[in-house]
Amino acid sequence: MGSYVLKRIMTIVPIFLIATLLTFGMINLSPVDPAEAYFSAAHIQATDEMLEQKRHEFGLDQPLLIQYVNALIKICQLDFGISYVTNQPVWEEISSRIPATIQLTLGSLLIAILVSVPLGFLAGIKKNSGIDHFSRFLSFIGASIPSFWLGYLFIFFFSVKLDLFPVEGTGTWRHLILPSVTLAFPLIALYTRLLRTSVLENSQESYVLFARTRGIHEKIIMGKHVLRIAISPMITGLGMNLGNLMTGAIIVEAVFSWPGFGRYFIEAIFNRDVPVIQGYVVLAAGVFLISNLIVDLIQMYLDPRISRKGRQYQ
Amino acid sequence: MQGVKPLSLLQVKQVSLSFNSKKFFIGKDLSKKVLNDISFTIEEGTCLGLIGTSGAGKSTLGRVILGIQRPQQGQVLFQGYDIYNSDKATQHNIRRDLQVVFQDSYSAVNPRMTAERIISEPLENYGKLTKGELRRTVCELLERVGLSEKDLKKYPHQFSGGQLQRINIARAIALKPKLVVLDESVSSLDMVTQSLILELLSELKDDFGLSYLFITHDIKAAFSISDKIGVLEKGELIERYDSKDQFFSSKHPIVKRLRDCILAEHPRFRTLTTGKLG
Repeated sequence: MGSYVLKRIMTIVPIFLIATLLTFGMINLSPVDPAEAYFSAAHIQATDEMLEQKRHEFGLDQPLLIQYVNALIKICQLDFGISYVTNQPVWEEISSRIPATIQLTLGSLLIAILVSVPLGFLAGIKKNSGIDHFSRFLSFIGASIPSFWLGYLFIFFFSVKLDLFPVEGTGTWRHLILPSVTLAFPLIALYTRLLRTSVLENSQESYVLFARTRGIHEKIIMGKHVLRIAISPMITGLGMNLGNLMTGAIIVEAVFSWPGFGRYFIEAIFNRDVPVIQGYVVLAAGVFLISNLIVDLIQMYLDPRISRKGRQYQ
Repeated sequence: MQGVKPLSLLQVKQVSLSFNSKKFFIGKDLSKKVLNDISFTIEEGTCLGLIGTSGAGKSTLGRVILGIQRPQQGQVLFQGYDIYNSDKATQHNIRRDLQVVFQDSYSAVNPRMTAERIISEPLENYGKLTKGELRRTVCELLERVGLSEKDLKKYPHQFSGGQLQRINIARAIALKPKLVVLDESVSSLDMVTQSLILELLSELKDDFGLSYLFITHDIKAAFSISDKIGVLEKGELIERYDSKDQFFSSKHPIVKRLRDCILAEHPRFRTLTTGKLG
């Protein structure tokens, strides 16, 4: 088990290297000249001399391999360079936005889990009951309403009409509720359906039927045999979504003026702010790698077969 | 039979069951009669072998007795209690004394549980044992079925079919039940494992005073363990024998055919009886 964990953690290193290499390669392949981008971001009409000097300063006149190694060393020191637009170190800009992003991510995940786990579970156990129909309805709505519209609807009803929550900004937990719910809505739809399906599937396993014939209490059957296994596709989904939420709740952030990552990076792309883009991609890769690692470790705990070697049946 | 009449543990009274399929287009009734007016009893400490070809309704009968397939007519009485028409507490108690070992050992266990947890599950479910007691009981059971303590932490996929069937047996006898339904329990195992498991089952029967309902299509396996034999054909219990000799002297045509199907020890003496295969 320990060796599996270690092995799994070690796989992060090559994947991360490949991610940085791809980022580096794509930025070099793109027609954007960082020196030009730098001056245009600062609204300076640059002469050839100035461009040449900037290129030298950025190390662009060095061989690609050396440029890459230098970039890599800097990344490892969390040094992503200095933003062309704000002239602030990119890492500082990013880290100042991390708390807001994490708040929103965790808030929406929490809401998504709290709603979809009981709902999906009950819908799966009581197939075609009222609660099943309700969950289907909710999933349908959740999957089809675009989040910008949902966000404005929430603002209109809960902030403007009922004055329950603030319209925008951050600070208290009341600021967090509307954006989190908006962001959680499609997730609730997805997870409820996922869980319902896998609960249905698992409760038809023969060992579940056999457990009933052996007189095992229904609570134990549902808890140990059905839910524990049924939850695992949902956890996989959660890992994928965790990455997405951390790196790009752009629309919801825009609707609620939430000071998170998403908007910052969109702006960077329009400004051709190369260091920020590079920092973002590397960071996104890191977030995805780590969230998938966490998912794998949870899966391993839930399904010990993953880490065990042995005869494989079927 | 001389002396006291043994107490009957299980009574199956005139059980009939048909699977209804909806009438299709014009009113032709497609319902299929699977069990037809079946009655028999199993006495304490005996083994009834139920043999029949596939599709004869053996496993359905097993499910009816286990309380998972309610028959349309008839009753199943376990120790005098009606399995289908008793309150929850009684049903719970019935299930404690009525355990089962199925054919496919892999699908009968949760693949994510260790052998220890598989075997301790019924014990935890029905009794209050301390952790130490539980562990000791599980170890004893494992050893009783021919496995050892080092198998405690293994998962189902790390066992062979025969080994896993032993674990299923250990789980079934953990609660010291009165009756164990063995539904094709040895059918998917190879000959050597089969005879070892059959041996184990007969030993357990003597040790714990178990009764078995041994459902199988394998006449030889049925003979090696059963005290009595019942022959099921097309949902009807056509013959019942109190001894194996009776089976061999029976004149019933279907029984004759079954009997002929037992392969002789040497291929030279084997004959094809139906002629359709050749």
